[in-house]
Amino acid sequence: MNSSTVLKELFIKQFHSFENTLNGEKELPLHQIRKDAIKKFSALSFPSIKDEGWKYTNINPLLSKTFKPADSIPEIDPEFINKYLFDKKEFVTLVFVNGYFSKEFSESDSLPKGLILETISEAIKKHPELVLTYFSKSASSEKNIFTALNTAFANHGTFIFVEENAIIEKPIQILYVTKADDIFVSPRNLFLVNKNAQVKIIETYAGFGDRSYFTNQVTEFVINDYAVVEHVRIQDEQLNAFHISTLSVALEKSTNFSSYNINFGGSFVRNNVNAKFNGGFAECRLNGLYVTEGTQFIDNHTSIDHAKANCLSSELYKGILNDSSRGVFNGKVFVRQDAQKTNAYQQNKNILLSNDAIVNTKPQLEIFADDVKCSHGATVGQLDKDQLFYLKARGIQEKEAKAILIYAFASDVVHSISILQVRDRLESLLAEKLL
Amino acid sequence: MIEIKNLHANIDGREILKGINLTVNKGEVHAIMGPNGSGKSTLAQVIAGREDYEVTKGEILFNGKNLLELPAENRACEGIFLAFQYPVEIPGVSNTTLLKNALNSIRKYRGEDELDAMEFLSLVKKKMSLVELSEDLLRRSVNEGFSGGEKKRNEIFQMAVLQPKLAILDETDSGLDIDALRIVANGVTKLKSPENATIVVTHYQRLLNYIIPDFVHVLYDGKIIKSGDKSLALELENKGYDWVIEEAAELV
Repeated sequence: MNSSTVLKELFIKQFHSFENTLNGEKELPLHQIRKDAIKKFSALSFPSIKDEGWKYTNINPLLSKTFKPADSIPEIDPEFINKYLFDKKEFVTLVFVNGYFSKEFSESDSLPKGLILETISEAIKKHPELVLTYFSKSASSEKNIFTALNTAFANHGTFIFVEENAIIEKPIQILYVTKADDIFVSPRNLFLVNKNAQVKIIETYAGFGDRSYFTNQVTEFVINDYAVVEHVRIQDEQLNAFHISTLSVALEKSTNFSSYNINFGGSFVRNNVNAKFNGGFAECRLNGLYVTEGTQFIDNHTSIDHAKANCLSSELYKGILNDSSRGVFNGKVFVRQDAQKTNAYQQNKNILLSNDAIVNTKPQLEIFADDVKCSHGATVGQLDKDQLFYLKARGIQEKEAKAILIYAFASDVVHSISILQVRDRLESLLAEKLL
Repeated sequence: MIEIKNLHANIDGREILKGINLTVNKGEVHAIMGPNGSGKSTLAQVIAGREDYEVTKGEILFNGKNLLELPAENRACEGIFLAFQYPVEIPGVSNTTLLKNALNSIRKYRGEDELDAMEFLSLVKKKMSLVELSEDLLRRSVNEGFSGGEKKRNEIFQMAVLQPKLAILDETDSGLDIDALRIVANGVTKLKSPENATIVVTHYQRLLNYIIPDFVHVLYDGKIIKSGDKSLALELENKGYDWVIEEAAELV
């Protein structure tokens, strides 16, 4: 058996032990979805570099590991948690440790009007029809083995339901913390935003400890007519971590979605961001940043499906790569035949700070409509020599001058985040890393 | 203040400066004139420490120190300021960030305390009025979206804040209308003191109506071929450069 089959067999075996811990919950309809998912997982193969979507992303380092499901909440230093949390008075705060909801660290007792917030396992009991209507629909297990794996083990995660016309002013922060103990966690989120509603959600992924772990994560978004959503995802996993995620967004008529996909951590990271316009006159903005060092590997695959006319998508992903780290960007934009009056803009810009850093970038546009405005491009470069000389000629030492330029390049991505605390935190994190 | 001796410099293996000799003392204003391509901007960039140029021969002493051994940033810390012919745009870096870092880096180099936010702000505000710039410029990115005139005024503003010992103005008059030229020249004149010196690199005489030079040098084909006082600038304005070039050729 090769390593790919070994890990697969292991996950399947672990699924059966996991099943046995569910007791009565095995009778709930969610469990049928899990069982279907493990079947699909078992039928699918792990991707190899022969697969187009994984050409530059060799998952062998992951396949050579073994992970066990997290089965308990470890001891954790509150300081570590607090480092990642925003002001609990101004945010709704949910904290999960090793996948388990932590009441101790969370602050979600008095929720704003119009907001339903549950762990996904509670939601399936309290609102089964609602959950089942949308769960595992936009992020399908059919073709993606990691989504199938996440779905099979889906037990922990967050369910958000924003009622029609509700404007949730308090941003919602969800923090997933994992102890690096050769475990795997499968956080699963389902966010339903109804007509005319507005909400801001921040997901943070972090870890502590010296060993390895594997976060295999899926978030599904359904955004209904005229709703406005801002989503910030901060990936600051421990440097031994494997992190694979899928963010799947369904945008209905006249919606407005802004995503900020910020990546600092992880040894091996693959993020899939998929957005689909199901209605016209909607706007989708995908912003991304990856800052890598050492031997980190971070891959962002995005796809935007202009299935309907009169929509706008605007994408900006930036990377700063140091040492012998590697980055991959692949951005697909499909403009379907009926999607006239589409505006689609896509940019990927990278700065390599070392001769050993590598980035593979592939912006792709596939246009089947004729009345559209689209552009795309990618750059890979070093710092601008003229800008550097200008700063030095003013007396700024070379190291500081470089840091100032790198910071300016990176902070551009987080400038438009509307939640001040989040923007400030990210700016100071960047300054800490880069200045 | 600065002594340039037999300076030769190449770019991409091509010799641009072919033996420059120039001494500038405290309190003096020197104008360096000459036709396009004579090496004026190269000289300015070499003094400031641009690494694209290779100095093959000669030396530059700045207050007794060997300037050529210092990187650009330390030349600036020693008190050299180059007002760029083409100030570069730096999106995402505010003028405040630039000036605060520059000023404190220079102060640190000289063993002085760094300025705190309040002291910095009051200094900067005082200097802004000198070149008639408004305060919102401080928050804007360095030169981004600035008009040609604003860029040049911003250079002089930076000079006012950093208070160099030797300022080199590289074609500061190019692209300026008459009002902007007056503002820039006024700024420079107000910053003049018996303790500092200025080198004005220019193609045209008109800036020298405002900034009166003590000496005028003609640079041609990498060498200074004639030096004189301010009347030389007027003569060049009236008669062009050809006669100086011919005169120099006869001397060879």
